[in-house]
Amino acid sequence: MAIKEKIIESLQILGILKEPIEDNLNQPIESARFVVLDTETTGFDYVNDRILCIGAIVLQNGIINLQDAFEHYMDQEHFDKSSVQIHGIIRSDVLDHKTELQVLQLFLDYLGDSIIIAHHTKFDITMINNALERNGLPKLSNKTLDTAVLYKKTLIKSNLLVRKDHYTLDDLADKFDISKKDRHTAIGDAYITAIAFLKILKKLRENKVTLLYQLFR
Amino acid sequence: MKNTISQRVADFLKNFPPFSFLDSYDIQILSEQVSIIYKDKGVVIFTENEETHDSFYVVHKGAIELRKKAQNDILDMCDEGDIFGLRPLIAHENYKMEAITHEETILYAIPIAVFKPYAIKNADVGSFIIDSFASNTHNPFSKSHSGKLYGDHIDFENTNGDDIIDYDNKILDLQPIKYSKKIITCSRATTAKEIAATMTKKNIGAMLVVEDMLPIGIITDKDLRNKIVTGEHSINTTADVIMNSPVITYSKKMTITQAQMAMMKSNISHLCLTKDGTANTKAIGILSKHDVMVALGNNPAVLIKALKRVKKVKAIKPIRAKIMQLLQGYLDQNIPITLTSKIITELNDACIKRVIELSLAKMKTPPPVRFSWLALGSQGRSEQLLHTDQDNALIYEDVPEELQEKTSNYFLELAAVVNKGLFEIGYEYCPAEMMASNPQWCLSLNQWKELVHDWISKPGKDEVLLSFIFFDYSLSYGDRELANELADYIFEDIAANPIFYVHLVSGALQSPSPTGFFRQFLVEQDGAHKDFFDIKRRALMPLADAARVLIISHSVKGISNTPERFEKLAELEPQNKELYLSCAYSYKALLKFRTKQGLLHHDSGQFIELEALSKLEKVKLKGTFKTIKELQEVISMRFNPGKITI
Repeated sequence: MAIKEKIIESLQILGILKEPIEDNLNQPIESARFVVLDTETTGFDYVNDRILCIGAIVLQNGIINLQDAFEHYMDQEHFDKSSVQIHGIIRSDVLDHKTELQVLQLFLDYLGDSIIIAHHTKFDITMINNALERNGLPKLSNKTLDTAVLYKKTLIKSNLLVRKDHYTLDDLADKFDISKKDRHTAIGDAYITAIAFLKILKKLRENKVTLLYQLFR
Repeated sequence: MKNTISQRVADFLKNFPPFSFLDSYDIQILSEQVSIIYKDKGVVIFTENEETHDSFYVVHKGAIELRKKAQNDILDMCDEGDIFGLRPLIAHENYKMEAITHEETILYAIPIAVFKPYAIKNADVGSFIIDSFASNTHNPFSKSHSGKLYGDHIDFENTNGDDIIDYDNKILDLQPIKYSKKIITCSRATTAKEIAATMTKKNIGAMLVVEDMLPIGIITDKDLRNKIVTGEHSINTTADVIMNSPVITYSKKMTITQAQMAMMKSNISHLCLTKDGTANTKAIGILSKHDVMVALGNNPAVLIKALKRVKKVKAIKPIRAKIMQLLQGYLDQNIPITLTSKIITELNDACIKRVIELSLAKMKTPPPVRFSWLALGSQGRSEQLLHTDQDNALIYEDVPEELQEKTSNYFLELAAVVNKGLFEIGYEYCPAEMMASNPQWCLSLNQWKELVHDWISKPGKDEVLLSFIFFDYSLSYGDRELANELADYIFEDIAANPIFYVHLVSGALQSPSPTGFFRQFLVEQDGAHKDFFDIKRRALMPLADAARVLIISHSVKGISNTPERFEKLAELEPQNKELYLSCAYSYKALLKFRTKQGLLHHDSGQFIELEALSKLEKVKLKGTFKTIKELQEVISMRFNPGKITI
């Protein structure tokens, strides 16, 4: 490593020099293609549970085109009856099911290199990555955003406000007056997440957050 | 592609014409092609003369203003379910007006290419579109419900063929009028007693007597008073004896002015509208003097009356919009701000009360014990003229411990409904969650006493700030005794803990100074409002805080309005009379200033763009700062807070 780079690196570590901004992130937020997604799963165990459905919508420049919505159910051998109640997905219920591999391939095509948005993103991404791995596919390398994290950035800094550690999607829907009718369907949750994201952006814009890289700080 | 969201879009669209004429399969297909668009407040959807988009729009949430640039007049306000931007698509011309979001809005964009086949194929859809272009009905460009008329949409088939462009030249009074279409009728043989009972239950002022569906007579409140209550007839008299007959009937194609004239001419308070305007066709509506008054509008008494009749929280929103118009009118006419703020506060309070009443009706059971709903902060001080955040709290009567949890849950549930209702009518949620639905702000009387005692006996920075917000409370709804008892307790406790004054005082002196060394305005250094002047924190709050400290030191309770506090202080301390009166004056001037700014920018008016002010306005604003400084000096001398540090 050349001396110059070493200096830059140590300055960055010390926080004196800010990390350079990637070119593709030095763009207005409106220009990006976001895929807002949610998965319904048989449970919360990364290893043993399986994805039942991936629901996703594309968000670009504040517009959601319903023709571009993604909602695919998949066959799963592992099936835990206890989670049926939450999701209301019963295997024979859905006519159009595909194998896990088919849905994953459709999803990868759909996703492209878009930025992924979800609520508690880590869960959905891990579930999808594990599924990809099982099917011999590479993991996702997309940039990701989490509305649970972004929401906290919108809260006022006041000692009077008692902050929660975790804000659920229900919390956000209540705060932002978003209908919860389709809660617990993958695409319904993805839609709530998308609207919540837009409302979070509105608040962040007041703090002069307008470029993509600012969302990742 | 069919999916859960497109189904939800279809569920929404099917309630509104012209989609309501389509069968569910067609709506579903249409919905799958929809784009959902989110826009912030004040964003332009399309401008005048802009080339048409390939979609027209349906408002899903929020509101859209349609306006002509030249006049800068709002021609129409579209809200939930209204369509706009369709006519130019069909007529193949550019947009004739500008569409801007009036508030945060979600739109459904429907591609014209997808919609057009239905307009051609389905006769109802086609004629709806033709009708709505030709007439001034509510869709899509009508002026008839553009904020001057409120409430449900009018299904007025006024096909006078006017082009929309002519509408600006029309005066308001010549608009079609909203009338009540739910007609309550009785027969010839119904007794006066039954009629009165029905009228009370349905909350109406007149009842139509019909025979074979045709109107044969009308009985009003006045008839019951003059003919029954006087003892002239018994309460078991039948309708045909006491009714006014024949009925004076009109066609529904009637403007406000015509309706007024008709009522004056026959000296009656209710008109019966029939299909062809004669008594030989079916009655289709009743038009009351009240409807005319409401249509004409801006009158506090009418608005209060309208509020009382509201059955759904949602219906309060348009009334709030009228209150804002009223406020604008008062400010334009230079009505004294004291009077203005009294009236507007009264109206806002009535809105809040109505929301609480409607929320109580939604609960499964009545409240288990007495409670009071408190307004805090500026609302509590009766100084809130604009839509701002909601700050509120709830006190309920003490209950035995075994009932505590159940009672607390009941009121939390109630408060959640009320907070949501207030949000729906335009009060934003408090960013610090100072709302009764927050368990910290929904307590029994004893719990409140404990909490307040904590603040008073161990005052730190946060405690003082909390007291500032809380101690200005006023009762919005419910039991006055509970609220008073807490107020008494606060005064006693403060008297017993003199150290609290000192904290209160230094808190009051801590507001940032409005001007710098050279008397230039101090503006915000960073954040969203960089280079703006914060009139609330730098000018209004110092006065409100000081007034609170002084009034508490005199143990005066029951006055929470800042100018009124100063006026009281002027009475109590003749030596400082001049200063206090000038404080009261300054406060009013600042409040008016803020309100005007807020109305101008459709926000809370807290941040002022100095460059947009005239020289005179700046001088006036600065004049008030001198008063603030003098006042702070008086307080600082009297209580000498320098000895302690917070």
